[in-house]
Amino acid sequence: MHPAFSVIFLTTLIGAGQGLYLAMVTGQLYSIPRFVEAQGDRFYAVGSLVALLFLIAGLVASFFHLGRPERAWRAAAKWRTSWLSREVIVLPIVMALVLAYGLAHWMVWTDPLFEIGALKVDVTLLLGVVGTLASLALFVCTAMIYADVKFLQEWHTPLTVFNFTFFGAASGFMLAAAYSAYLGNPLVSFYGTWAVILTFAALGSRLAHLYRNAHIKRKSTVQTAIGVRHNTLVQRTQGATGGSFNTREFFHGRSQRFVQNVRYLFLILVFPLPVLLIGASYVAESPNLPILAFVVQYVGLLAERWTFFAEAQHPQNIYYQSVA
Amino acid sequence: MTQLALVIDLNVCVGCHACVTSCKEWNTSGWAGPLVDQNPYDASPTGTFFNRVQTFEVGTYPNTETVHFPKSCLHCEEPPCVPVCPTGASYKRPDNGIVLVDYDKCIGCKYCSWACPYGAREVDEEQKVMKKCTLCIDRITDAKLPERDRKPSCVLACPTSARLFGDVHDPDSEVSVAIRERGGYQLMPEWGTKPANHYLPRQKTRMHIDLDELTRVDNPLRKEDLTTYTGEETLDDVAW
Repeated sequence: MHPAFSVIFLTTLIGAGQGLYLAMVTGQLYSIPRFVEAQGDRFYAVGSLVALLFLIAGLVASFFHLGRPERAWRAAAKWRTSWLSREVIVLPIVMALVLAYGLAHWMVWTDPLFEIGALKVDVTLLLGVVGTLASLALFVCTAMIYADVKFLQEWHTPLTVFNFTFFGAASGFMLAAAYSAYLGNPLVSFYGTWAVILTFAALGSRLAHLYRNAHIKRKSTVQTAIGVRHNTLVQRTQGATGGSFNTREFFHGRSQRFVQNVRYLFLILVFPLPVLLIGASYVAESPNLPILAFVVQYVGLLAERWTFFAEAQHPQNIYYQSVA
Repeated sequence: MTQLALVIDLNVCVGCHACVTSCKEWNTSGWAGPLVDQNPYDASPTGTFFNRVQTFEVGTYPNTETVHFPKSCLHCEEPPCVPVCPTGASYKRPDNGIVLVDYDKCIGCKYCSWACPYGAREVDEEQKVMKKCTLCIDRITDAKLPERDRKPSCVLACPTSARLFGDVHDPDSEVSVAIRERGGYQLMPEWGTKPANHYLPRQKTRMHIDLDELTRVDNPLRKEDLTTYTGEETLDDVAW
């Protein structure tokens, strides 16, 4: 598949935004039993605002993928059958909940509404729990857009959903660590630790995905594509010399070596480098290293998403093997 | 229920591309506006086409066979491109089974093209919407045209009648009979898309002539001529 930068930025930006939001809610939850130091409401409010900015940036990027962005509102119509439609509905819901969560903290609406045992439930906690569920649902919707296309055998696996979720959460917690480090907040080690754990989870999931994709048995062959049963069967011409939508949308146009190099690049940038940088920041107590860790991992995720598209081979490519 | 479709006879297709050009001509002149052409007279001409003829070579030289293979939307009975469309712009007509795009609803997200294993959908780079073969819906449903013209443009253009058009759900239609009696098959059956369009396979046509077929055994001259020739001059040998 041809990697479209609009979609690469959409999926990585909203992943980081959702992850940061999850990190904010996690921080609040951990502070209830005093596992971590409780933060002022402004910390969660500004964190949610940053998360919202990432979600908005992702939404803006997504519009560049559309031929007719002015009709984007129509995309909410077929939520019964289309995962893309479901994403279009869930994304604004998540954005609204992130905004509401941040606003509730900013306005300090923290008087308990009711109590469950020793747990005092206030507006922020309720919004946090609902927002977390919506955020996880958005990860599933985004990933299922790809995992649900059975023709792209590289994507048609639950591992795609795990990858999107773990990558998004890891980069979000990395962003939370960077945010805390920027403020000089002690939560940096808490978020950093979670970011490393999620990064390792993403590593396991992505390596399993790479292993699976290296052993795919193709369902379609040139024999089934044109229905001629002969072992020696090659295309002589695809019917057009100047290329077509079929040659532009479904081929990445790079050498296998290039794809392999980008794969090595993301395997370095997403996994070992940020983990080492976070580890070094503990030792050096540096406020800059977690920020660098997030930036490095984000650049790595762009390369990861590029590879995700480039390694998917569409069966229609069988019909476009020879120009003339 | 009616399911209109094409049946393409690979045994007689000569790869002349008449269906390609007639398709382009009809559909670029229609109600939906032109099918875009980019750099039509330049180095890399490209544009939107609903139909293409591709060529495949079977076997190893010199024992090869050339297969010309026209490819357009197959109007699947289980079209995978329809449920993925977020707007409902992609739909299958309930009355005749043709898969169509509502160009006024399409947002140009290209998701349907990912969900088609045959590569039958193309984005129109000018109108920025998805387009595909309509089986000339504006032609086959036009009651103002005489009955014989209510067929897709490609079918009427084919000089070898390699393209048949009709209802594959009607067991007595020309297309159903052709599929049934001549081994019609579907493309990529492994995906369960149930394409409505079918292809008829290549067949070897061999002529066998026996020696006695070259001599007319019941030649009346031979029968009545009772002369026994012994090498003498006959009338045929006389030079005047």
